[in-house]
Amino acid sequence: MTHSLQDMRQQAAIAAKVFIQRDYTNGTVCQFQTKFPSELETRIDKQQFEETVRTLNNLYAEAEKLGGSSYLEGCLACLTAYTIFLCMETHYEKVLKKIAKFIQEQNDKIYAPRGLLLTDPIERGLRVVEVTIFEDRSLGR
Amino acid sequence: MYLGLDEPVRECQYNQICTRNSLPMETLGHKKKKIPRRKWQVFPGRNRFYCNGRVMMARQTGVFYLTLVLIMVTSGLFFAFDCPFLASNLTPAIPVIGGVLFFFVLGMLFRASFSDPGVLPRATPDEAADLERQIGAANGPSGPGYRPPPRTREVVINGQTVKLKYCFTCKIFRPPRASHCSLCDNCVERFDHHCPWVGNCVGKRNYRFFYLFILSLSFLTVFIFAFVITHVILRSNRTGFLSALKDSPASVLEVLVCFFSVWSIVGLSGFHTYLISSNQTTNEDIKGSWSNKRAKDNYNPYSYGNILTNCCAALCGPLPPSLIDRRGFIQSDTPQPVSHSNGSSMYASTQLHTHMAAATPLLHSNSVMIGGGGPPFPGKSSLVVPCASLAPSQPSLPSMPGLSCAGDMLTLRDPDTHCHHHHFASPEETPSPSGPMPLTLPCAAHMTHGGHIHPAQLYDPASQDSLHEDSVRGLVKLSSV
Repeated sequence: MTHSLQDMRQQAAIAAKVFIQRDYTNGTVCQFQTKFPSELETRIDKQQFEETVRTLNNLYAEAEKLGGSSYLEGCLACLTAYTIFLCMETHYEKVLKKIAKFIQEQNDKIYAPRGLLLTDPIERGLRVVEVTIFEDRSLGR
Repeated sequence: MYLGLDEPVRECQYNQICTRNSLPMETLGHKKKKIPRRKWQVFPGRNRFYCNGRVMMARQTGVFYLTLVLIMVTSGLFFAFDCPFLASNLTPAIPVIGGVLFFFVLGMLFRASFSDPGVLPRATPDEAADLERQIGAANGPSGPGYRPPPRTREVVINGQTVKLKYCFTCKIFRPPRASHCSLCDNCVERFDHHCPWVGNCVGKRNYRFFYLFILSLSFLTVFIFAFVITHVILRSNRTGFLSALKDSPASVLEVLVCFFSVWSIVGLSGFHTYLISSNQTTNEDIKGSWSNKRAKDNYNPYSYGNILTNCCAALCGPLPPSLIDRRGFIQSDTPQPVSHSNGSSMYASTQLHTHMAAATPLLHSNSVMIGGGGPPFPGKSSLVVPCASLAPSQPSLPSMPGLSCAGDMLTLRDPDTHCHHHHFASPEETPSPSGPMPLTLPCAAHMTHGGHIHPAQLYDPASQDSLHEDSVRGLVKLSSV
């Protein structure tokens, strides 16, 4: 049985969107709340979800970490009048790519099979993690 | 057959089919002919973009050109008239060092002026609706025309209670240290101040460039001042003071400019050095957010405790990327944030459909419009926002760039009076009987008008198609047959 792309897309209607807000208890670093939203209770395991958010938080912490390597990068950039970033990516950008890959992976393996979709927070200005809940509707049988 | 929601693992699989960054032209055949627009072209703030979105500045750039002219003319005169004498009579290192300083100053100025200060993108309609719902649930039911109580959230950061304010223009709860710039109409992260001399806001992403600019400009000013004086003195020893002045008239102009600049710029550099070492923003310092005078146990929760760490964090810490992706292409299914034009909230058709679909299970359409039609005027901000709107109109001396920045700070001290002057009527966070109330009446009228449109469009089958096309990216359910 074949279905056109249109038909198949129409089946996946958005039922709701949940927004995981930022957690500012550690200051202005990018961290998201690990509290499990009630709307997802029927769709996904609490542990799994919290694990995803915790890993995301760790990745963002790594991006914003102050340490020897970030200071070195900063000083080198200043000495070259920031022209070095024309050839090189900043540490933050490298970690953002890692995060994008992580989210893609999580979507493919865990969230899409359950009718959920995580949106990369960078597309929402690092304000929220948007979880789109799709309606469960199987094709006509 | 519709299977119950309580069965998490389905026999049908969802597969991702669409790749991420495809242009609108590729996903929808009938839109092939349309040239995709870049996001900066529909940016809701009051900014100006140049070089196809690579350069981002505030709307008023006149004073920036003045800064540029002052620096270039003074330095140009120095290199043309004083350097030949100094190079031959003292050492050629002088023009070399001067040159290096000059290029560094210009580089930092351009970097501070042209980069994104850390603008927070406005909330998408879904997010705004979700927040409205949460706030509405917290505040209780309210009819149209009644101004809801102030929207704040409290959070404890390192032991200090910090209030997060809701921004009516951007429809977000501002992160700590963020502030809404009324001149640029954007929320900026770690907002320091809006600098007309640099033609941009100074925030998280360009604070280090701004600081290095004023620091290097202090050195350059002192350098030029010192060596021009040296030049005049050396010449006077040979030919007498008056004829020395006659031989190099440019020196007089340079000395004048530098003399007045030194006090203000060196002062400003010192002030910002203090701010960096205590990890405060100009905004916080002026409001006295962390001063002991406010409360006995008041302290700065963001400080690392150690001057060196604070300095390193501000100057050499990781540079966060721009959140607004100004050169990205607009995807037809990407929700565009609501942009407030005077008196109306306009929703693009795509976000309308996405919004309604998301809104239906979440809340009623009425409360959506309350959120959208709240304060109808752009640039609404809480009273504590630095109102540097008067800075450009202040008759500050052109040769005192630093003083005008200090001038910015002076206007910040009494935001109440100035904000009322600048905005149409700065809506207070607490309802007041006279001022803002009339504003809500046209707003209420708009709301009901808007409310009538939506239900009809919700059930239009054609719009349902575009709704699904626009909002569902690549989730396909394969039949299990």
